[in-house]
Amino acid sequence: MADFVMPSLGADMSAGTLAAWLKQPGDAVKRGDIVAVVHTDKADVEVEVFTSGVIERMLVEPGTEVPVGTPLAVILEEGAATPSAPVAPTPAAAPPAAAPPVAAPSVPGPGVPAEHRLLISPSARQLAHELGLEVDALTGSGPGGRIQRRDVEAAAAEREVAPQEAAAPAPPAPPVAAPPVAAAPAAPLTPAAERSAAMRRAIAASMSRSKREIPHFYLAQTIDLSRALAWLGQENLRRPVTERLLHGALLIKAVALALREVPELNATWEGDEVVRRDDVNVGVAIALRGGGLVAPALHHTDELTLEELMHSFRDLVSRARAGSLRSSEMSEPTITVTSLGERGVESVFGVIFPPQVAIVGFGTLVERPWITEGQILPCPVVNASLSADHRVTDGHRASAFLAAVDRLLQEPEEL
Amino acid sequence: MSTIKLTYREAVRAALRHALATDPRVFLMGEDVGGYGGAFAVSLGLLDEFGPERVRNAPLSESGFVGAGIGASLGGMRPIVEVMTINFSLLALDQVVNNAATLRYMSGGQLSVPLVVRMATGGGRQMAAQHEHSLEAWYAHIPGIKALAPATVEDARGMLLAALQEQDPVFIFEHALLYPLEGEIDDEPRAVDIAHAAVRREGSDVTVVTYGGSLGKCLAAAELLEQEHGLAAEVIDLRTLRPLDTDTVLASLAKTHRVVIVDEGWKTGGLAGEISAQIMEQGFDLLDWPVQRVCGVEVPMPYAKHLEEAALPSAERVVAAVREMAF
Amino acid sequence: MNPQEIRQSVLEALSDVAPEADPATIRTDLSLRDQLDIDSMDSLNFLIAVHEQLQVDIPEADWARLQTIDELVEYLGPRTGG
Repeated sequence: MADFVMPSLGADMSAGTLAAWLKQPGDAVKRGDIVAVVHTDKADVEVEVFTSGVIERMLVEPGTEVPVGTPLAVILEEGAATPSAPVAPTPAAAPPAAAPPVAAPSVPGPGVPAEHRLLISPSARQLAHELGLEVDALTGSGPGGRIQRRDVEAAAAEREVAPQEAAAPAPPAPPVAAPPVAAAPAAPLTPAAERSAAMRRAIAASMSRSKREIPHFYLAQTIDLSRALAWLGQENLRRPVTERLLHGALLIKAVALALREVPELNATWEGDEVVRRDDVNVGVAIALRGGGLVAPALHHTDELTLEELMHSFRDLVSRARAGSLRSSEMSEPTITVTSLGERGVESVFGVIFPPQVAIVGFGTLVERPWITEGQILPCPVVNASLSADHRVTDGHRASAFLAAVDRLLQEPEEL
Repeated sequence: MSTIKLTYREAVRAALRHALATDPRVFLMGEDVGGYGGAFAVSLGLLDEFGPERVRNAPLSESGFVGAGIGASLGGMRPIVEVMTINFSLLALDQVVNNAATLRYMSGGQLSVPLVVRMATGGGRQMAAQHEHSLEAWYAHIPGIKALAPATVEDARGMLLAALQEQDPVFIFEHALLYPLEGEIDDEPRAVDIAHAAVRREGSDVTVVTYGGSLGKCLAAAELLEQEHGLAAEVIDLRTLRPLDTDTVLASLAKTHRVVIVDEGWKTGGLAGEISAQIMEQGFDLLDWPVQRVCGVEVPMPYAKHLEEAALPSAERVVAAVREMAF
Repeated sequence: MNPQEIRQSVLEALSDVAPEADPATIRTDLSLRDQLDIDSMDSLNFLIAVHEQLQVDIPEADWARLQTIDELVEYLGPRTGG
């Protein structure tokens, strides 16, 4: 038997809300299957299971917030499959029980007892979750007592009239406390505004911690992109619009390949030591429309062709903006790249996202006078910066990294 | 930009005239399309204007002349085949399914069948059990073709012109009761988009999805719902039955959370069922109520007027279905 | 396609990319990039949407000099067989 627990989806996550189950008791699952959606301050994330087997029963109802590590469901494993450790340093799942489980795995588990079966429309369930209402506490006006949107709306209206209560008690360690719901008698925040405020709080906590704990140092390099852009222009001329490459894709690929040469920057800080990572998963900082930031990972960035990278990048951006990222994308970047697009400033010195040990920044592409063979000519350049963790590396190795990025961008056809 | 008033019938004729005048590869072929002017008077006057090579009467053999249309398009022509009604098209289904729809695939892309087939469809004219079918769902089922259902005067003209630009077969279903429908449109014939549905009336309480001859009934139902029950229905005209534009339906559902599909064909195994499945798959979390369907009653079409009316979707049945969704 | 239809398609493609913008408030004679928050990714997605809707592929060089919706519509007009 193995527990499927509330995963940690970011260094500062201490608790999450189970938004929805995507499987039912009795369903067979294999490692990697998406079984639930978890709502965090930053996004609604699809969560994968790491054991294969059959779901015996759910332990937590949708709409409930629980600390990271809380068992959410019990899975009867097939054979001797052991759950692999979740990526964040949370305690491993409970060891398999000595005695075999009573229910035979082939018979679908009894699941939720019949009398607890809740009739609620999908849309009402979604709305209840958005408004922070427990579905169990609602009464339904639909056929068979089915809960509909208007029942959820009515309950929310009633709640506004009742006195406000403080939200869940502050979790022990990290500083992301869930503050009480705003007590102002004026109109309550819309669900979207609440999510936005929660995201701001989460970012604030994460960035403060990073600056407190990580001794940042900074290096910068101005990189001549004339060759890269000339090559890109030619490439894009012959490509259909759906296959066009953005210059950002070249920058990301160069970073990924440079990390192979300076692998100590492709690592995470775990407790009191640095752990080198084999895979290069570049996190890309994506600004969300209307404010907010997420930095999900492009897996195996160094092994992707530019086309694949571009496709994955576009896909990540759309899903990030639509709020449908997967848990492995949120918890596995090994380094982050942040860029300020067309209207930003010339250089950006980012704050490292713990537990990563570095962040690469790219400013806006600008034309500057450049000396080539003794002549001053206009040249498109970009300022690349590296913020690195001084516990893990020093200026000498860090500058080798930026030099590698520069060198790689001078041969764009090799990227 | 000037406009003209014309009927749906005249709009189809205008498209035919424009196509015949501007593209020498186009010709019209079907039963009685020549001197008689077409069973529904769509091609009235075209024989005189364009001559017997361009406007060709076909013998009473749907399989034969649809097959000839396929052959002509393989040979580089752009035939418009008029099958008098969808009822008689059953005799040509083998040509449609096994030749028109599949030659591109079976030839590894070497052959293309740019055939346009128009047919009248639907009931409500007391033509009884064998002559009032709505089998658009059978065509929408076939990969390799497009199926269009113009419900407005503009689409009646524009869809035919758009269909002629396609490289693969296109089937256009003209509900017979729409031919006298009047409308005012741009006087310049042009093709319309055939990839998207259209919101014909905006609303936020319930989404009503339909196509072809049922559009008018749904708009009437929406009016009744507003006047008598204070409910605002959003009416969507699918316009294209294959491929289906589910995105427009889902966008509406995101506002209303309730949907009724109105389809003159029989309910079992029909187009409404396909749309319902797609809504369930892609918009599960948007639904506050199971998807409802108002379809043709599951009987052979009666001849007697009052029974025929009872067997078809009507504004009253749509209103009743919406009200059952417990607002 | 007539200019109205092209404008409609362009606005639809823009709404996909910038859903928070109200199409009714977008000025067609002012720079798009000034009115909406669109980055290079959004621009690319917009060009792809235009390609899907209108079957017109706008090269990078042309896109760079098209500032407003009016200019876009004028550019697309002859290219959509209207």
